[in-house]
Amino acid sequence: MAELVAGVGTSHIPAVGVAIDKGTSGNDYWAPYFAKLPPARAWMAATKPDVAIIVYNDHACAFSLDMVPTFALGVADRYEIADEGFGPRPIPAVIGHADLAWHLAESLILEEFDMTLVKSMTVDHGLTVPLSVMCGQPDAWPCRVVPLAVNVVQYPPPTGKRCLRLGQAIRRAVASFPSDERVVIFGTGGMSHQLQAQRAGLINTAWDARFLDLLVNDPEAAARIAHIEYLREAGSEGIELVMWLIMRGALDQHVNEIYRATHVPTSNTHNGLLVLENRG
Amino acid sequence: MTRSSTGFSVSSTLTYDDSVTERTRDYDDIPGTFVFDGKRSRAGYALNSMCMSLNQPENREALRADEEGYLDRYDLTPAQRDAVLQRDWIRLLELGGNIYYTFKLAACDGMTFQQLAAQQTGVSEQEYVDMMLAGGRSIEGNRSRASQQVGTDHG
Repeated sequence: MAELVAGVGTSHIPAVGVAIDKGTSGNDYWAPYFAKLPPARAWMAATKPDVAIIVYNDHACAFSLDMVPTFALGVADRYEIADEGFGPRPIPAVIGHADLAWHLAESLILEEFDMTLVKSMTVDHGLTVPLSVMCGQPDAWPCRVVPLAVNVVQYPPPTGKRCLRLGQAIRRAVASFPSDERVVIFGTGGMSHQLQAQRAGLINTAWDARFLDLLVNDPEAAARIAHIEYLREAGSEGIELVMWLIMRGALDQHVNEIYRATHVPTSNTHNGLLVLENRG
Repeated sequence: MTRSSTGFSVSSTLTYDDSVTERTRDYDDIPGTFVFDGKRSRAGYALNSMCMSLNQPENREALRADEEGYLDRYDLTPAQRDAVLQRDWIRLLELGGNIYYTFKLAACDGMTFQQLAAQQTGVSEQEYVDMMLAGGRSIEGNRSRASQQVGTDHG
């Protein structure tokens, strides 16, 4: 059976993708952030997962206000790169894993998680920047991807508790998939940031540090954080952090923290990177 | 079209239950923040749909070539239309715009997200960049309007 071996938490800041694509990652602004990536990239290269389940949110590309699925699972063989309003990123298309995705769909829905299934969609920076953060600039992405898009744009997003429980169900589903593939799960977005209105630029590093500690060591407590606390303390866009709870739910109760790095600022955001392994 | 108590134009085909949409929310007292809830989404649907259309390069070209004509394709309120033409970024949020959508309009103008953030907060781009390099906007004093009020009352 397939095995879920590890989780990655990472922000998905569009400017990081631009810096990689345009080759400016070594300049004075970007070098201090990119200097923090090699241990995580080395871990990714050594772990060689066959599949990454990437939990992310779409930003008005594949989904609009016409349809707002809370949990949308990609079941396609291939995902093209979205034009978000300024041309698509010059990166490889994302290769899906329809067999695993349809297995996840069946298992999750029968476990009473009412997933929306998506056969055709583009993927935006929410999914592609985490791949760039962990894999750099390969000619083709080193693993297949199952996208799981979560609504965090239209209030209300799913609760932290629901996200943690969905992660636990994903773990069970992977463990019943008949293959010998090794799977990692990415939780993306956050950490504290606010992009809109007069409070734009909000950063709360102390709150983020507490969130990461809780997420790693006491995920049930992290799952009890209410939406109002994310909005108030981590900023209106910081509520993306609920997606990290899906990743955490898919891991063991006790995990090994392989790597943690944070950086201020990245554009408007407190940038976080976390690698967790199951103890096996 | 009818007017709701918020002043937004809403379609008369929608039953707009003010007892639901106008009730107080726990996030109402976060300063400088428009939580994109159902009320804002309903008010901003046409505006955000117009912004979303800018994902297509031919639409970006059409807007740049004839902005007034392009806006005619969407059922914007006069206030929304004016805010688009004025690039009044805060007003666009007040009128139901969502930041991920309004950014597409800013990007069509060639702006970066930090330039948009600077304009929203009323500072120069360099002042905004400097604030971020210094660690960002502090949470202290920015948690609630109530806490800010205490500060200004004694100021």
